[in-house]
Amino acid sequence: MDNVKETVIEILKDLTGEDFSENLDENLYDSALLDSMGTVQLLLELQDQLGIEAPVSEFDRNEWDTPAKIIEKVEAMKQ
Amino acid sequence: MRWFVPYGNPTYFLWLALAIIPLMIGLLYGRRFRGYQTLISFFFLLLTFGGPNWRTGIALIGYFIYQILLVSGYSYYRQRKGSANKGWVFIGAVILAILPLVIVKVTPAIENGRQSIIGFLGISYITFKVVQTIMETRDGIIKEFHPVLFGQFLLFFPTISSGPIDRYRRFLTDYEKVPPQSEYLNLIQTGVRYIFTGFVYKFILAYFFGTMLMPIVERRALLAHGFSWNIVAYMYVYSMDLFFDFAGYSLFAVGISYLMGIKTPMNFNQPFKSKNIKDFWNRWHMTLSFWFRDYIFMRLVFFFMKHKVFKSRVTTANVCYVINMLIMGFWHGETWFYITYGLFHGVALVINDTWLRYKKKHQAVIPHNKLTELFAIFLTFNVVCFSFLIFSGFLNTLFFGPHRF
Repeated sequence: MDNVKETVIEILKDLTGEDFSENLDENLYDSALLDSMGTVQLLLELQDQLGIEAPVSEFDRNEWDTPAKIIEKVEAMKQ
Repeated sequence: MRWFVPYGNPTYFLWLALAIIPLMIGLLYGRRFRGYQTLISFFFLLLTFGGPNWRTGIALIGYFIYQILLVSGYSYYRQRKGSANKGWVFIGAVILAILPLVIVKVTPAIENGRQSIIGFLGISYITFKVVQTIMETRDGIIKEFHPVLFGQFLLFFPTISSGPIDRYRRFLTDYEKVPPQSEYLNLIQTGVRYIFTGFVYKFILAYFFGTMLMPIVERRALLAHGFSWNIVAYMYVYSMDLFFDFAGYSLFAVGISYLMGIKTPMNFNQPFKSKNIKDFWNRWHMTLSFWFRDYIFMRLVFFFMKHKVFKSRVTTANVCYVINMLIMGFWHGETWFYITYGLFHGVALVINDTWLRYKKKHQAVIPHNKLTELFAIFLTFNVVCFSFLIFSGFLNTLFFGPHRF
């Protein structure tokens, strides 16, 4: 479990240059930290590092817009 | 019986109000009269595609049956247990889905402006819905195909002629339930407000710019032969007309949808306040640009990155911007001005990103304040209006068209 959280935070740090471990509820799109490019990179990294097969159409911006929600989604998909 | 362009005149609205009230009463009391909704949908489709337009009505029916069969076939293939999910079957299905649209768009270009007999009002918007459904079926997100519900989605009459482009899964969640009464009352309130704002946009502002001002500036620009300030005037007048006409129409479509308990997504969000071109595409014809973002741009980026086609992220993004906007240009029609419009926006997005990266790197020395923001809005507005001048085809009339004066 913690492994997923750490990995997601690490990936987001690489993509946006920010550490979200204290701000799990920050909206990544409103603050323009993530765009379409970043989103695709995020999906590819999740695939590489955690083996999550998330197609682009799975990605509903409202459901993946904060680090906390991403972690939750990934954990649900891992099971 | 008279025949109507959707939202074209007061009588159409009168019919709408009369037809929709029983549906609204049902929704208020927790029921959706589906049979009745289908009946009035048929009536409004008949108002647009019947009478003198009956040929386009036949084309619509043929197109509809073709796409239902296609998506059924692909869903059957994809949703079977242990489906092979081959890439070429998916690509074949997408090609077959856009084939009618391609024929309709290419015919005038190769046959001296003659329209194809399989065309009808709104074909390009329905095609988006079909392609999107095939893509999500391929991804396994749409897990079951229901021809009747899919048909309701494709032919949803408030948005049939020019969008906004809804998504199958989103549409279905609204269509299959009835909103709680308090939520529905809010929808009515917002819907009515949208419709009245639409009246102001379409019948006052678009009328002023498009019907009153446009012929005057157009004539002046044509009389001036070649470049003149009149072209600049035409550019602004055309841009205003384009916005108020299309945003007005979209407000009607969204407003009527709300009254029917369907939350069709919004198409415009104050686009002339955009601070850059990327911002503009998040505010202008949003359901179209988001469609392109989700089903073309992101998929291209995904493909290129996964197969490591380009070394850098920047190159990948730039190539995808240009391809994305070029396809949008081709979608508008096979003329030099639509394609140039697409290319123009592709290049504008590349320049925009390059500038933003440069600015971020040199944050310390490049000022950022209210004044620079105002300048950014001003610049974006003018770049956008210039792109609309290309889009309008007026330059074509002016420089390559037959001389009318």
